[in-house]
Amino acid sequence: MKFSLSWLKAHLDTDANLTDITDKLTDIGLELEGIENPADALRPFRVARVIEAGPHPNADKLQLLKVDDGAAEPWQVVCGAPNAKAGMIGVFGPPGTYIPGSDFTLKPAKIRDVESFGMMCSARELELGEDHDGIIELPESAASEVGASYADYAKLDDPVIDVAITPNRQDCMGVRGIARDLAAASLGTLKPMDITNIARNGAGPDIAIDDPEGCPAFYGCTVSGVTNGASPDWMQARLKSAGQKPISALVDITNYVTLDQGRPLHVYDVAKLQGGLVARKAHAGEKLVALNDKEYVLDETMTVIADQAGAHGIGGIMGGAANGTDQNTTDVLIECAYFDPAHIARTGQKLMLTSDARQRFERGVDPAFLDDGVEIATALVQALCGGNASAITRVGEAPTEQRVIAYHPRQCAALGGLDVDPDRQQGILKALGFVVGDDWQITVPTWRRDVTGWQDLVEEVIRIEGLDKIPSTPLPRKPGVAKPTASPGQLAERKARRAAAARGMNEVVNWSFISEKEAAPFGGGTWSLANPISEDLKVMRPSLLPGLIAAVQRNAARGASSIRLFEVGRRYLESSEHPTIGLILAGEKVARNWQSGAATKFDAYDAKAEVIAILDAAGAPVDKLMDFAEAGDHYHPGQSGTLRLGPKKILAAYGVLHPSTTKAMGFKGTAVAAEIFLDAIPLKKKSGHMRDAFAPPALQAVTRDFAFIVDADLAAGDLVRAVKGADKKLITDARIFDMFEGPSVGEGKKSLAVEITLQPLEASLTEENLKALTDKVVANAAKLGAELRN
Amino acid sequence: MSDIEAVRNKYLEQIGAAADGDALEEIRVAALGKKGEISLLLKTLGKMTPEERQEQGPKINGARQAVADALAARKKAMETAALDAKLATEKLDLTLPAPAAPTGSIHPVSQVMDELAEIFADLGFSVATGPEIEDDWHNFTALNIPETHPARAMHDTFYFPQTDDDGMAKLLRTHTSPVQIRTMMDVAKQTDGAGEPIYLIAPGRTYRSDSDATHTPMFHQVEGLVIDKNIHMGHLKWTLETFVRAFFERDDIELRLRPSYFPFTEPSAEVDVGFSVEKGRRIIGGDPRGDNGGWMEILGSGMVHPNVIRNCGLDPDVWQGFAFGCGIDRLAMLKYGMDDLRAFFDGDLRWADHYGFDALDVPTLSGGVGA
Repeated sequence: MKFSLSWLKAHLDTDANLTDITDKLTDIGLELEGIENPADALRPFRVARVIEAGPHPNADKLQLLKVDDGAAEPWQVVCGAPNAKAGMIGVFGPPGTYIPGSDFTLKPAKIRDVESFGMMCSARELELGEDHDGIIELPESAASEVGASYADYAKLDDPVIDVAITPNRQDCMGVRGIARDLAAASLGTLKPMDITNIARNGAGPDIAIDDPEGCPAFYGCTVSGVTNGASPDWMQARLKSAGQKPISALVDITNYVTLDQGRPLHVYDVAKLQGGLVARKAHAGEKLVALNDKEYVLDETMTVIADQAGAHGIGGIMGGAANGTDQNTTDVLIECAYFDPAHIARTGQKLMLTSDARQRFERGVDPAFLDDGVEIATALVQALCGGNASAITRVGEAPTEQRVIAYHPRQCAALGGLDVDPDRQQGILKALGFVVGDDWQITVPTWRRDVTGWQDLVEEVIRIEGLDKIPSTPLPRKPGVAKPTASPGQLAERKARRAAAARGMNEVVNWSFISEKEAAPFGGGTWSLANPISEDLKVMRPSLLPGLIAAVQRNAARGASSIRLFEVGRRYLESSEHPTIGLILAGEKVARNWQSGAATKFDAYDAKAEVIAILDAAGAPVDKLMDFAEAGDHYHPGQSGTLRLGPKKILAAYGVLHPSTTKAMGFKGTAVAAEIFLDAIPLKKKSGHMRDAFAPPALQAVTRDFAFIVDADLAAGDLVRAVKGADKKLITDARIFDMFEGPSVGEGKKSLAVEITLQPLEASLTEENLKALTDKVVANAAKLGAELRN
Repeated sequence: MSDIEAVRNKYLEQIGAAADGDALEEIRVAALGKKGEISLLLKTLGKMTPEERQEQGPKINGARQAVADALAARKKAMETAALDAKLATEKLDLTLPAPAAPTGSIHPVSQVMDELAEIFADLGFSVATGPEIEDDWHNFTALNIPETHPARAMHDTFYFPQTDDDGMAKLLRTHTSPVQIRTMMDVAKQTDGAGEPIYLIAPGRTYRSDSDATHTPMFHQVEGLVIDKNIHMGHLKWTLETFVRAFFERDDIELRLRPSYFPFTEPSAEVDVGFSVEKGRRIIGGDPRGDNGGWMEILGSGMVHPNVIRNCGLDPDVWQGFAFGCGIDRLAMLKYGMDDLRAFFDGDLRWADHYGFDALDVPTLSGGVGA
């Protein structure tokens, strides 16, 4: 909301300077967005007289002027304006002046070989209007001002204050409401409103309400015999300060009352109406071209103002293009209605149409201000355009019943933390228009629809008193020792994150939404935004991998040779969101080096190693993990797998990404990746700090090696499991330490060497024990077709 | 010189001249072996008279000991020399680079979330989470933002075609405030509506349909919520001051509360933090009234609206408290000096190396994030 300082002072009697006013606005919750003084950019421009005008020797359309701006010598100026002539008074910018409307700084220049110093300016060049057909012509009365600052002459030195009005403060969407707040904050006195009762003759217009829910009250009168023209300078200046373009007196009056009083109005050209006006529900499919020249298709939830011929406006939001006033308008009908806020909000949302009227009606205008609204508008119409006013027709009733809130001044300290003297509290509330009754029964003014409970009253008191006065009060310290504030799941996630970083991966944060194309190889996404910001950010990711692949691709494109990334985030599946760690390794695992020679690449085992390390950090029982396949179609079918606790409990999937997956995302290299499903990890139950007593085995463990020839497609994991099964107590570990294929082991075969660790429990192993165990190991392996190698 | 002395000297001389271990062994056999010269001399002791023995015994034994010692010393010297010679051949050029381990990093957003968890743990706040795909009730209606509320327009909400049980479109949460609702409703349920104190923060991803130089459609927020008895705005002010000062690790940070409006708090306040300029960079703290100093808005806050408490099934006449919401990305930028929000979500390794944190930089009270 923008307004000029002089406009504010029309309502507020104050000696306060601009800074005091703007500081106070922010202090009481009307946040200052900016201050702009239109005069600032115009300081160097001066009122100047053209003392000579003659032809330019080398150009037909240019003139050579001598300009007197009060300086000792007149300036020679080359000018192309058709209206430039000797004797005229205009606005001159001397050399070195910045021209705001053209964005350049004047320098002495030769124009068609003739030197020119400075410029006579058009309205557009000074950003004072659109006119660029010629230079500004000032009346002869300005003669005594030649040499003076144009900004001073034109009274442009009037700062424009811009404040952000929060949605609850409809009352401050008019300059008067802002003045009232400032007065309550002791920054001046609110001037009394000058509402005269206008002499009215003749019956009021024919008005009816057919939609009392959407439009509970509709007041109006006519003014006949008006002459529409430009509005006066003071009104134009105020409208311009608010960022509004003056159009004509009748239109400007409605805009002015909206901005001045927060009271939207509408003015109809009676000649363009057929019969009386009715506020009715729109017909389904009814069409209306609004003032913005756009056509809207309405439905029965919306309220229109119509005559016999059809709708003339979307009630409370925007008038129609067809019935607007123009230069030929002689009789007008002034509409001052009350529209239901919820109806306006819904209609505005549906039509995606916003306007100054909608903003005010949907926040709830003062329901008790209808008569005043009509009077103010009528007075302005008569003052600016003449005419005779009719009686006021009043249909319906606005919801003016006043809310009464039981309050106690002690509540200010109890909620607001600020102990304000009850007399002072009463003073603040009264200044804001509240009526403080006996026993602190507070009657809320009709313009403060937002105040519904005692908490709101506390806010009123402390915002005017000053939030800076609230003393900081420490929170009560909870008794007892500090309890953990993170859940076991959160702790697991933190550990997993730091484990991944400790292992050399860089954490990234990718968008939660990806494109449909990116989601497709991962089964597509269930959650696709109805209003995405772009097609690239449309589908809630079903996997963390597309984002990671894209990040790898971007880094590779920037020349990164070794890329290790991970992300901790959610996957969004149909039923719920799943916390997940995704990781990706691409490029060189180890760069070429003097020790091992050529660079090495990542393989699926690298991904598996990361997965196990991170799972371990997160507290998963990694010694119980089982190898499964079925990592998903986005992985290499032969170089990927899953790690599970039981056939259905998948903790992680990993492997080399399918070449077509990476290629589809524009990454040409090989990448290995994994996803760890954090919510599948069984959380360890903490059972106190005490650990079992330390009891290392009394006897030393021994190892035995076995080399087996097996079928080439036998999974090593199966062999290990079979070997371990030979004696589940004695064999504490079995580890593959060598594997090779080749002619020496035969076609379709491979050699697997296993080291088993035996931990004798009560007595040392005898030769017989060992023999029996060895036989059992070999027998178990033989069940898988394994032969002991000689 | 006696014979014994001559024998002794002979062997000592030979030992000194021995070229290698084999030569030493030969000398040992010749002198101290079973039939070695000194061994044989020792055997003569038995046939001597006590007087002779008393004179010759120490001499012969002395010779034996001297030769044995010399042999051992010489052997040791030879081994040392041999080892030295061997080691001399094993010299490495240690100016060559050692194998490098990759260095990973923690994203600043995660680091800041951990810092916040630590600071607020010190104040007794726990960490809560909630879904990002939310329903209208939790994101808006329960927070006192009914369907027709103008504040909805300020939220630039992302919607899904899917609807909830009430037929309202599901959406991406526009703030972390729905976690307040979920927590209070859980408490109301668990306590049969009686209620109990709640002290929590809720960090997480949030979404708004907004994208320009300073806004990204996804960003991070932290919510704070205190519900207890006799909690007022003075507590809110203290908590925010304590949090901001602990976070930026400066005592000279000023906060300015400005009255504002949020549908879910009453009274509401926006909070500005004072900044100043040090070494050409804008930093939080110092004198906001000094040269180049000023205020910047960092969070929104207020006393939880009674309607919100009531909507969650608790009695607003018994329970009251405060809530606040703050942008985590922004906090990170202000503390660590990043100037481009979009880079947070680009995954650039160079950026991660520059702004990321070491895995072992776990924020701790003793390390400096205590309140």
